[in-house]
Amino acid sequence: MTSAISTTAPSWVLGRLQSMGTRTYQFARTTPAGAVGAVLVLTMMVLAVFGPLIQPYGPLDTNFNDLFRGPGGDFLLGTDYLGRDQFSRLIAGARPAIFVSIASVFAGVVIGGLIGTVSGFIGGWLDLTLQRIMDGLLTMPTLILALALVTVLGRGDVNVGIAIATIAIPIANRLTRAVTLSSKEETYVEAARAIGASSARVMFRHVGPNLIPPMLVVISNLISFAIIIAAALAFLGVSDSPPTPSWGLMLSEGVDQYSTQAPWLVIGPAVFIFTTILGFTLLGDAGRDYLDPRMR
Amino acid sequence: MQRYLVNRLLLIIPTVIIISFAIFLIFRLLPGDVALNILSDDGRSTVDPVEYQELRDELGLNDPLMVQYGGWLWDLVRLDGGKSLVTGTSVFSDLGRTLPITLELAAFAIVISGIIAVPLGVIGALNQNGVWDLSGRLFTTIGLAMPSFLAGALLFLLLVNQFSWIPPLEFTPFFEDPVANLQQMIFPALVLGFASSAVLTRITRSSMLEVLRQDYVRTARAKGLSPGLVVRRHSLRNALLPLVTLAGVEVAFLLGGSVIVERIFVLPGLGSQMLSAIELRDWVTVQTVVTVFALSILPLNVILDVLYGWLDPRIRLGGGTS
Repeated sequence: MTSAISTTAPSWVLGRLQSMGTRTYQFARTTPAGAVGAVLVLTMMVLAVFGPLIQPYGPLDTNFNDLFRGPGGDFLLGTDYLGRDQFSRLIAGARPAIFVSIASVFAGVVIGGLIGTVSGFIGGWLDLTLQRIMDGLLTMPTLILALALVTVLGRGDVNVGIAIATIAIPIANRLTRAVTLSSKEETYVEAARAIGASSARVMFRHVGPNLIPPMLVVISNLISFAIIIAAALAFLGVSDSPPTPSWGLMLSEGVDQYSTQAPWLVIGPAVFIFTTILGFTLLGDAGRDYLDPRMR
Repeated sequence: MQRYLVNRLLLIIPTVIIISFAIFLIFRLLPGDVALNILSDDGRSTVDPVEYQELRDELGLNDPLMVQYGGWLWDLVRLDGGKSLVTGTSVFSDLGRTLPITLELAAFAIVISGIIAVPLGVIGALNQNGVWDLSGRLFTTIGLAMPSFLAGALLFLLLVNQFSWIPPLEFTPFFEDPVANLQQMIFPALVLGFASSAVLTRITRSSMLEVLRQDYVRTARAKGLSPGLVVRRHSLRNALLPLVTLAGVEVAFLLGGSVIVERIFVLPGLGSQMLSAIELRDWVTVQTVVTVFALSILPLNVILDVLYGWLDPRIRLGGGTS
């Protein structure tokens, strides 16, 4: 009995791994750009999760004998005006950047998705009222809206998250509402109603699953958008305050004060921000091409 | 046509009320307490309750909500915008200086992004999956991952290090010295234009691809028109139509981005006014400037709709039930 398990289990695991390998290979073959995006996103995720284990120095540790050291040597990406290791600080900045973006986009998509589904499904005055509010949110320039919200709410990751979620809500709403409206007319929805399914059941069991593929693309694009907004708010100095290792804040410090003296303090955060956004954008694009090959 | 225009203009009134009320609510109902923020941001750990109530009275925060909103809306309507908490003058008197700068910046940026995006998108669509198309797509992908604060920071770095450029301390209006004004505008406008050209290139390309598959393009080719003529007269005109409707979204994006490039390149525009008001905790100014940002797109959308009807005779404005 035990021997049977010990022989079958590895082959089962091996089979799974093999099929995962083939599938990954196929994904990389069909959308090389998407694969690059996936690798970039994974790298940033690893930095965000295991950051403290990878950082060679503490992100707040000052070394007054090593101020403004150029890249290379003991300090891979150089040091800043307090002799802090830039590489460690950038890694430490990955966690808030990625976690805040993912959490807030998730919250915004869930809320916006619920509003869109319910609004499209029920229709009538509820739809009309909700959609006018959503239109109002959509016409606001996003960064201005985020700035206004953070000004009122105050500094801090949670408040930046609320601002990002508020921007994501109308976008998710528009998509889910459109999909809901179109699938409402489908025969299978009619069939589900005919056999007596409740509105809620039709909404979540029959209409809802149609939303998942386009939603994944929107989520990927929204995350890169969220990273942009979060970094822009920090860059403008309204969300994070020193000495927090935040990408946007580091970039603005570099531009304002050290662009001639220590250009690596601009390039470092710029590369990290660019890479992260690029990863999520490529992933989103690959998903969109997969769902709608016409756009290629 | 006239009736349509009047209707559209009348529709602006409820929109103004809805948007201004929403912004007002954001500033009043969210958990943040402006008076508390002002008092505690000075670095004090305890807030004197008497001082707190006095400040609330002074800011009018103890009045009923509708009274507060009505007062502010009236300030907006008579183009005053309320009193700035810092300078004590009306917010709109400052707007008179800052708004033209931001509008000029946005106009330049739109032109630049059109100059980049339309040829790139058209060439990309004409040789789909060819070398030019692929490099154009590479450009848009990089552009999408390069928000204006990144592009601005890098351009600033380049200018400062390679050309020993220093941001000018004072702004020169266009009518005083056009050359000096353009010198100040060109770099921020380039950054903004580049940042928005990525999306525009994509839309031009996909819209052009769509049009090239239409029957009328095939007919034009079949009757022996030269390829250049088919592109210019039959395809391009139709492909660019959707861009007109998108211009509204585009301007909203540019206005948001202007806050950033104005800060990097030290332009005293609307965005700078908003940022310095945020820093000084002058929330009356912030509230009014946010509203101006949000409302500035409304007249543009009306103009674009009219323009769209004029460009595309298939859409009859004012006909039928509207």
